[in-house]
Amino acid sequence: MRLKVIWSATRMVLLFVVVLGLGYNLLMVGIGEGLMPGRANGSLITENGHVIGSKLIGQQFSAARFFEGRPSATTPPYNAASSAASNYGPTNPALLKEIRTNLAQVLKENPGVKASQVPPDLVESSASGLDPDISPAAAYLQVPRVARANHLSAGEVRALVAQHVSGRFLGLYGAPHVNVLELNLALLKLVGH
Amino acid sequence: MTWQGVLQIFVLLAVVTVIGKFLGTYMFKTLEGGRTFMDRVLVPVERGVYRTCGIDPNVEMRWTRYVFALLMVNVVGFVILMILLALQPVLTIFNPAHMPKVPFWVNLNTSISFMTNTNWQNYGGETTLSYLSQMWLTVQQFLSPVTGICLLLAVVRGFSRHNANTIGNFWRDFIRTLLWVAVPLAVVGAVVLIALGSPQNLHAYTVAHTLQGHRQVIAQGPVASMTSIMQLGDNGGGFFNMNAAQPFAGPNAASIFFQLILGFSVPVACIFLFGKMVKNTRQARPIFASMAILFVIGALVLYHFEAVGNPALIAHHIHLAATHNLEGKEARFGTGTTSLFENSTTTVSWGSVIASNDSLTPIGGLVPLFNMMTGEVIFGSWGAGMIGMIAYAVLALFLAGLMVGRTPEYLGKKIESFEVKMAVLSMIVPSLVILVLSALSVALPAGKSGIFNPGPHGLSEVLYAFSSGVGNNGSAFGGLNSATPWYSATVGLAMLFGRFPMYIPLVAMGGALARKQRVPESAGTFPTHGPLFTVLLTGTVVVVGALIFFPALALGPFAEQFAAHAGKLFGG
Repeated sequence: MRLKVIWSATRMVLLFVVVLGLGYNLLMVGIGEGLMPGRANGSLITENGHVIGSKLIGQQFSAARFFEGRPSATTPPYNAASSAASNYGPTNPALLKEIRTNLAQVLKENPGVKASQVPPDLVESSASGLDPDISPAAAYLQVPRVARANHLSAGEVRALVAQHVSGRFLGLYGAPHVNVLELNLALLKLVGH
Repeated sequence: MTWQGVLQIFVLLAVVTVIGKFLGTYMFKTLEGGRTFMDRVLVPVERGVYRTCGIDPNVEMRWTRYVFALLMVNVVGFVILMILLALQPVLTIFNPAHMPKVPFWVNLNTSISFMTNTNWQNYGGETTLSYLSQMWLTVQQFLSPVTGICLLLAVVRGFSRHNANTIGNFWRDFIRTLLWVAVPLAVVGAVVLIALGSPQNLHAYTVAHTLQGHRQVIAQGPVASMTSIMQLGDNGGGFFNMNAAQPFAGPNAASIFFQLILGFSVPVACIFLFGKMVKNTRQARPIFASMAILFVIGALVLYHFEAVGNPALIAHHIHLAATHNLEGKEARFGTGTTSLFENSTTTVSWGSVIASNDSLTPIGGLVPLFNMMTGEVIFGSWGAGMIGMIAYAVLALFLAGLMVGRTPEYLGKKIESFEVKMAVLSMIVPSLVILVLSALSVALPAGKSGIFNPGPHGLSEVLYAFSSGVGNNGSAFGGLNSATPWYSATVGLAMLFGRFPMYIPLVAMGGALARKQRVPESAGTFPTHGPLFTVLLTGTVVVVGALIFFPALALGPFAEQFAAHAGKLFGG
């Protein structure tokens, strides 16, 4: 009796290893690739046949002419093959050191900006280390620097940012944000590259 | 705090209540005799499964036989998963990143973790597992929540059956829940998740050349299918190290809202299923109300403290444009939705995260910790949360009975010494395991060396790990180095205790109750469908949770919150 139960359990688990483990996952690959290949393949952005990244995955931007994203805790930053957070607790001195260092960097790169104007997302690192977005305030803060570096008027660049602000889902869920890669691609287009 | 951040809590609750009501009725028809629109397709499939596995679905089982079959499915599932993960270097298909051997301790911990519906992950998915190994994990992501429903049915039939020796047929309950509920919803969920942006492919990791000329390797894979069942089944074990915070698993707020609905639907449905099974839907109201009250309070407290932010920054004269805490959070989710999700993931016990819980403010982190310490009864995972709440109801009625000196009754059954003992046992086991293993971990070098954040926060990390293990939750204060043999073994042990010694006494209680006669309601019966019982039940959950854990919480999160206000930092 007991052996029969174990034997049935074994047959059942093996059956579902095949049907659910392989069947379910592969069926979904088929549906994804068949119906929504763009999204199923990672929302990749290509230019001249080269993949330059994914719309959903942040990239590191450090040059003055680009909008910068959030601090990333992966090694190296924005390592999309190994997502990670800093995991710093609120009373860990390393957290305050990180924020101070990032803040000094932001203030140095954006002359005229005061600490009390810097939104937290620009100095506090993201959860995945791959955050593709920043808050609208973090984007507007960088407008003077980016405009200067690209020889554009601040008004033009500010309008570009405004076009790229995404709102909350259903007006409730999430927070307003700007996709940094898409913004920088639009910027390059504006400059004429 | 913004009004959007507050309103979204109630909108979610309303949506999942409506879905839960329909799904609960559907589950009742599926499991307790009735017809559903899926029967035409699924009945032949069901027969095929019985034939393939040599199962007779019509034999009524005593509770001991029911539990034996349930345990065997779990044990066999565990052994097969361990073997399949160990074969990763040999089975080279669907392994484009050439992932090598899974270390033994990681394999052991992971196999326990996915069998017990915990999905604690002491590895990074995209750096450890092949696509094939991820697919093997999804098998347990289907089977383990279904096991939870079987536990629920076994307990509730104790109330719905009278003078009965048997509590149903395990195989029938298991297969029907899997075929009628888990599989169709997971398929629909996966399609929606792809539509909302999650990848689903088998290609090698993509190499991109970024705008700044860097080389970026982008990990992908069959993400949507795993995310769907991990959220639906309240598993929580994700494809990536940072779970649903990784933008492929949580691409936008719409996807996260959908994932929240997936996670809540079956646990809420279980409450309605309970009401239908005991043939008195009014009895489900106080249970739903207690859960909803505790859920909303937790969500608001967590949101408040994350919006106010880290007091240590102000104490150290770092004044930014806003105070809200975004360390370890994603810009697209913000503090509102992140707080809602992190509260939900520890109430409904799925353990998926969209933030780094280790970087929450001290009291912000206390909320998920407390949710798990109550025994995961604030909705809880499939079936398990509901029977945990039934145990609290039994205890609450026992306490009320003591006050008036009368043998308590619940749902027409006399609650006597055996039932109370079993209910209390199911509460003592987890608290004992959490406190003893935490104490050992902060006393022994093997435990201390794994702690990442110094000071009281380190204690919170350890408490969180064992609460997550026992609660079969799976979320973590991620700084803790849990891949060491010490934490792999002890958290593994906690997960086993939190599943079997915690719930099997309740099935025994169900078996004992089923044998009893139904006692008619009298003037002396304590009404268990009104607001008074809601208050009593909620109070019991909070008091039992708080009394046992308050000293530990005082040394961890509370001490840290006060220290942060005073600007006191630890270590370094």
